[in-house]
Amino acid sequence: MIQSINHQVVKVGIAELDIVKTPDTIRTSGLGSCVGVVLYDETKKIAGLVHIMLPDSNLARAETLNSAKFADTGIKALIERLKIEGVQTFRLKAKIAGGAQMFKFTSAKDTMRIGPRNVEAVKKELKKNSIPIIAEDTGGNSGRTIEFDPATCMLNIRTVNQGVMEI
Amino acid sequence: MGQIEKITSLHLDVLKEIGNIGAAHAATSLSELLRKKIDMHVPKVEMVSFNDMMEHVGGAETVVVGIYLRIEGDVDGSMFFILPIAQANRFIQRLINDPHFNFNEHPISEIGLSAMQELGNILSGSYLSALSDFTGLKIYPTVPGLSVDMFGAIISIGLIEISEVSDHVIAINTSIFEEDIKHRNEVQGHFFLLPDPESFTSIFKSLGVS
Repeated sequence: MIQSINHQVVKVGIAELDIVKTPDTIRTSGLGSCVGVVLYDETKKIAGLVHIMLPDSNLARAETLNSAKFADTGIKALIERLKIEGVQTFRLKAKIAGGAQMFKFTSAKDTMRIGPRNVEAVKKELKKNSIPIIAEDTGGNSGRTIEFDPATCMLNIRTVNQGVMEI
Repeated sequence: MGQIEKITSLHLDVLKEIGNIGAAHAATSLSELLRKKIDMHVPKVEMVSFNDMMEHVGGAETVVVGIYLRIEGDVDGSMFFILPIAQANRFIQRLINDPHFNFNEHPISEIGLSAMQELGNILSGSYLSALSDFTGLKIYPTVPGLSVDMFGAIISIGLIEISEVSDHVIAINTSIFEEDIKHRNEVQGHFFLLPDPESFTSIFKSLGVS
């Protein structure tokens, strides 16, 4: 209980990434079609979270690239950030949540399927880096707020309609 | 992105006028539907980061009733009509004549959902047809979708298209409220019009501003 006095929640915004060490936790709110990717090292009790909006940095048409926005560059950037803290990639494990389809449309436009596309892209990038997905809560049509505790390696997921669960 | 950086106060006035005309027509429709006086605030046009956008209406986690549609044609973009639960309950209770209807009670009654869907159709329709008449631009809206969920999860859909080009969004934000309870902040309905970055040029051109 002594630890909990100094416990802080690191907040990660949309298209942002950050890392956290125990006893702190890391959190992102209001994930819709976006995907929250948590990478963690169980032994070092360090975790990182990236809030991804788009599947592929090839979609970018901006002059400056915010790497945390895309699945491919976001996961790479998070791995690099964790390496600075002395985490080795082969020790990393992943938990992911999000990728919902908030509105049902019959439109052919790809934007409407962005949730599932984000999830696919995240899985592809994790596989490329040989990072196993330990747990996931993806798809559906509910928004999610997620919080990861590196001490227990549990991901707390809150939705409006289905309450709270841990994976 | 280049276009967004060159926006002047004249451009902002044009966008405010669009919000003004759209929301005024929607407020009139709503007033007729509810047989109640509906008022509106002066439109706000803001260029904000995605995170600041998520902080509207009480923050990313606030549960709201959201109507969303895409517009296509001479102007592409996303449009939202966002109601705090308390306000949505008041409107729908009045529309379906059921004082017990509540968006917080699951499962939400079908008749209430369908009334909300219809309310979304009517209001977004009057907003967009006023906009189209005013600018002479062709605007084709999709059928609106309805979701009762976290504000962040809903509004982020409108940021997807923009996020390919930019990390900022220009939002035309107009709020409406019942005149007799205007002092209560939590019962404001918000129209958010988020034109895609490429569409600003056609909006400005249509009104003779280059």
